[in-house]
Amino acid sequence: MLLITFAGLFKILPNKSEEITMSDDKNNILDEVTQGEYKYGFFTDIEMETAPKGLDEGTIRFISEKKKEPEWMLDFRLKAFERWKTMKEPNWAHLNIPPIDYQNIIYYAAPKKKPQLDSLDDVDPELLETFNKLGISLDEQKRLTGVAVDAVFDSVSVKTTFQDTLKKHGIVFCSFSEAVQNHPDLVKKYMGSVVPAGDNYFAALNSAVFSDGSFCYIPPGVRCPVELSTYFRINSAGTGQFERTLIVADEGAYVSYLEGCTAPMRDENQLHAAVVEIVALKDAEVKYSTVQNWYPGDKNGKGGVYNFVTKRGMCKGNQSKISWTQVETGSAITWKYPSCVLLGDNSIGEFYSVAVTNNHQQADTGSKMTHIGKNTKSTIISKGISAGFSNNSYRGLVKIARRAENSRNFSQCDSLLLGDKCGAHTFPYIDTGNSSSIVEHEATTSKISDDQLFYCLQRGIDTEKAIGLIVNGYAKEVLKQLPMEFAVEAQKLLAVSLEGSVG
Amino acid sequence: MLNIKNLHVAIEGKEIIRGLNLEVKAGEVHAIMGPNGTGKSTLAAVVAGKEGYDVTQGEVLYHHKDLLEMATEERALEGIFLGFQYPVEIPGVSMTNFMRTALNEQRKYRGLDPIPPGEFLERMEKAKKLVDIHDKLTNRSVNEGFSGGEKKRNEIFQMAMLEPTLAILDETDSGLDIDALKVVAHGVNMLKSKDNATIVITHYQRLLEYIIPDFVHVLFDGKIVKSGGKELAIELEEKGYEWLKAEAV
Repeated sequence: MLLITFAGLFKILPNKSEEITMSDDKNNILDEVTQGEYKYGFFTDIEMETAPKGLDEGTIRFISEKKKEPEWMLDFRLKAFERWKTMKEPNWAHLNIPPIDYQNIIYYAAPKKKPQLDSLDDVDPELLETFNKLGISLDEQKRLTGVAVDAVFDSVSVKTTFQDTLKKHGIVFCSFSEAVQNHPDLVKKYMGSVVPAGDNYFAALNSAVFSDGSFCYIPPGVRCPVELSTYFRINSAGTGQFERTLIVADEGAYVSYLEGCTAPMRDENQLHAAVVEIVALKDAEVKYSTVQNWYPGDKNGKGGVYNFVTKRGMCKGNQSKISWTQVETGSAITWKYPSCVLLGDNSIGEFYSVAVTNNHQQADTGSKMTHIGKNTKSTIISKGISAGFSNNSYRGLVKIARRAENSRNFSQCDSLLLGDKCGAHTFPYIDTGNSSSIVEHEATTSKISDDQLFYCLQRGIDTEKAIGLIVNGYAKEVLKQLPMEFAVEAQKLLAVSLEGSVG
Repeated sequence: MLNIKNLHVAIEGKEIIRGLNLEVKAGEVHAIMGPNGTGKSTLAAVVAGKEGYDVTQGEVLYHHKDLLEMATEERALEGIFLGFQYPVEIPGVSMTNFMRTALNEQRKYRGLDPIPPGEFLERMEKAKKLVDIHDKLTNRSVNEGFSGGEKKRNEIFQMAMLEPTLAILDETDSGLDIDALKVVAHGVNMLKSKDNATIVITHYQRLLEYIIPDFVHVLFDGKIVKSGGKELAIELEEKGYEWLKAEAV
């Protein structure tokens, strides 16, 4: 859709197309802002094969067996499980997390029939319908956007496209389970190398019970010609979702990876504890973009997804670069700190984030930049938006090791408040081990002013649209980091998630 | 078009406007003059629908409809435009996007489809030329980093884009050098037609050398104490406001 609009305009107005297209999109977006109900709150009735409720060694063996995993994979899981049993949930975040009964969760659910991958006709029609409702049908994706899609539907990958194009370049992009079967050496080498199984409580849990996820390997010198995209959905009552993603960019490789989530409306809480690991070797670059819209719970804070995610990238080689961009509008509780370990000299880590909380949502999110190599650089741009009764915290750590000479960090943490019942908090930690490095931190807190609103109203723009405009303007620095089609979706989400928050 | 009868307005219990009457017809330019703190900007704010003003008495009719019953954005959509004395900045929102949104809201209100991109650009170009605004300004965020003069020109640019029926320009001349003043006045004059009306609020006669008013009103102590033609402005310039105080009592 978007690409067509863009191309059409480009023909008519060769010099002005970009600005106009952006405005077009924004206007379309604003037009679509209608009701405050969670739009993606529907669920599809597909037969599931599920593990019994609860978690013990048997559950893990069940999962591993279902996936016909080799011994080493089962070992990895069991060791993680042993670690997990000795650990405690982290309690340092500025979050109020209700007790979670880990024995009352189903750890494995898979669609019974795994469709063939040859054509869309083989995909369960109900699944296609689900994607259509989301406006992200594989069909549309395939034809119009040129994005290869690995659609994860309740834990098991059911569709992978564009494999031929990717194959030509030697790129591996498949479900994690397939990677375990077909690329065991790569998985063994890199899995757990960035986020060790015992890294934290939720990472350990994920390592023990992860159901599936995505694997991506870009061989040396290859620039991935398409944006790789995975859509996640939680779709089964009481099913925890434990995704695991591993991205490896070999020397001189480049890849842009997109992750987007929508979840159906549910009354009960759903636990989501994903792990994402990125490895960038010498001269490699990985750009990881997320638009996250898990069900946030209703207006009174009932229900909603708990999103406890460990995302970390390792700039392993010299001159490597990892960039995280996230737009977080969903989840009842978010606990998430996409981080970079800058091991290689001259390596670069970036974190761009917009986190929106409304109603009774809670978010504790930020980034950790660990500088180890010399001349390493990191940038953190965080834009928090709080509305309703929500709490939104930025938590960041910039750590510069003694040997990381001449390193630089720039952090900017802005908070925007809508209304007077919400909270914005900033917890920046800085730890510098040498004197040749420079760390800068800027922070602002602002409110949408009555004067700004009056100015918009006086031009005929109503309150909801005005807030959409102002908030998108505020978040622009981050949104512009996203690939075009993703940016549009993100703008939509921002406007939708703040509906009814003022006036 | 606009009919204000016995208007009384208070801010936080303090009466600012005390029995103001004003009638503006299509095709007319009215100038409202007067010293600081006499209620000029309050009048503009009340007509535009800013919050925080209590109308304690009187009525304001716009095209025979009760204006005070209308929401702020509805007044704008019905063709009322306020040129702000202090235009606000909206970071990250480009002027182009802002205008496009405003224009399309107006079109939606009138049952029209969004403006086609080609037409929009043409309109932008025309409006830009009118007030001598450059591309770099329209690509910037709304009023962000604009100089005082640029902000004022930008208000007239928006007026040209939105083609209001009733434009109220609140101290549009303040802070302008003579060249910028001429540009702004030229813009306003070019936008004048038999179907629209303009109310120019100013404290100096200077602007009125370039925007020739049909009527000049002197606001003093919340009331119009004297009305006349353009010659009244000249008289005020010579004599100041003091002599009118006597008439006010």
